[in-house]
Amino acid sequence: MNIQEYISSGILELYVCGALTEEESKEVSNELKKYPEIEKEVEQIENSLNQLSTAAAPYNPNQLLAIIKNKLHLVDNSKTIPIRKENKKTNIVLYIGWAASIALLIGLFSVLQDRNQLRENLNVVNAQKAKMEQQINDAHASAEKKEELLAIFRDKNMVTVPLDGQEVAPEAYAAVHWDKQSKKVYIDAKNLPTPPEGKEYQVWSLTLDPLTPTSIGLLSNFSDDENKVFMLENINSSQAFGITLEPKGGSESPTMEQLYTLGTVKTS
Amino acid sequence: MQPDSLIAELQNKNPKAFERIYERYSESLFGVIYNIVRDQHLAEEILQDVFIKIWNNAEAYNDSKGRFFTWALNIARNASIDKTRSKAFKNKKKNLTADFYVDILEEKNSFANSVDAIGIKKYIKILKPYCKQIIELLYFKGYTQAETAEELDTPLGTIKTRSRNCIQSLRDILVK
Repeated sequence: MNIQEYISSGILELYVCGALTEEESKEVSNELKKYPEIEKEVEQIENSLNQLSTAAAPYNPNQLLAIIKNKLHLVDNSKTIPIRKENKKTNIVLYIGWAASIALLIGLFSVLQDRNQLRENLNVVNAQKAKMEQQINDAHASAEKKEELLAIFRDKNMVTVPLDGQEVAPEAYAAVHWDKQSKKVYIDAKNLPTPPEGKEYQVWSLTLDPLTPTSIGLLSNFSDDENKVFMLENINSSQAFGITLEPKGGSESPTMEQLYTLGTVKTS
Repeated sequence: MQPDSLIAELQNKNPKAFERIYERYSESLFGVIYNIVRDQHLAEEILQDVFIKIWNNAEAYNDSKGRFFTWALNIARNASIDKTRSKAFKNKKKNLTADFYVDILEEKNSFANSVDAIGIKKYIKILKPYCKQIIELLYFKGYTQAETAEELDTPLGTIKTRSRNCIQSLRDILVK
């Protein structure tokens, strides 16, 4: 085949334009693969026509590529990566921002919690303090009262009469401290059982021959008195003292079945 | 040189290859489309459709049938001519067939960097009237050799030699 003749026939121009029949095109494609000169010629024709129609384009349509790729769902590597990087940056900033806010909130919350806890602790401590102050006051009062009682019992003019337990309550015991000068008796009832509801102990002064009981008073509010020392007036020249359990308010004469303790005054 | 490996990559659905193909042929095909429809917005729409077809039908291309450029050119010309056949287009544009690509080139002042602008301008000036027609029909409109012969009332063999001469003069100017 005469290559030069083939080239100058004009068939290659028609080939590039697509103006040949399918058969003819196939033939040219075969020749083109066989002869590099023909291929080179075809490339030059193609380039010149490509330039010609490029010159006819109103503008470069490169901005359409992104739209086409989007329609084809092709990932636009060249453009999305830098944008994603920016997104990552802003995301990190956003995350740091959120983290800082949350940390601050947690901080504030725990400070508030601590403050409430401290306030509560303070209240508890204050209450304990008040309670202790009360206890100290009570102790002082109690100590004063005990000192007073001790002073009374040490008084040399004081006559002490032990009252032993009787049939109803053999374990019971009481003592009468009688100040004859001031005509006062102090009943130490520490070892008497707590009277049942509606009953009270009544203290009697006795003269023995003939046996005459005289009431000198009631041990009212028995359970309230911590020291169980009751002060009563005694103007009698008593020879013995007895304590009976009587209905509340006391009785005219002692109920002898309910005689708890009894003791005689020693004559010295 | 026909980028055979690039075309193979396109057929393997490589998006990068598609981008390269677009860069290489889009402006040229845009010129062909625009010459047929003479409407920039419509030409953009058609160009998008053409490249979507190029992507979707890439495996249908076979180099034993012809050049890849020719294959893409056929898609572009057929898509554009389809548009001109629509009623809406016919009502809007009348007597379009009277306009040649040469008119576009004469009116145009700025060209793409890849184009030898001075050469193109020179080419238009020296272009013989029958070259205007032959290149318009064979290249821009996609007429076959037989159709062109019939349209121009010229023997088949004459079309062949004239197309050779007309394109040769373009090449001569662009090479120099």
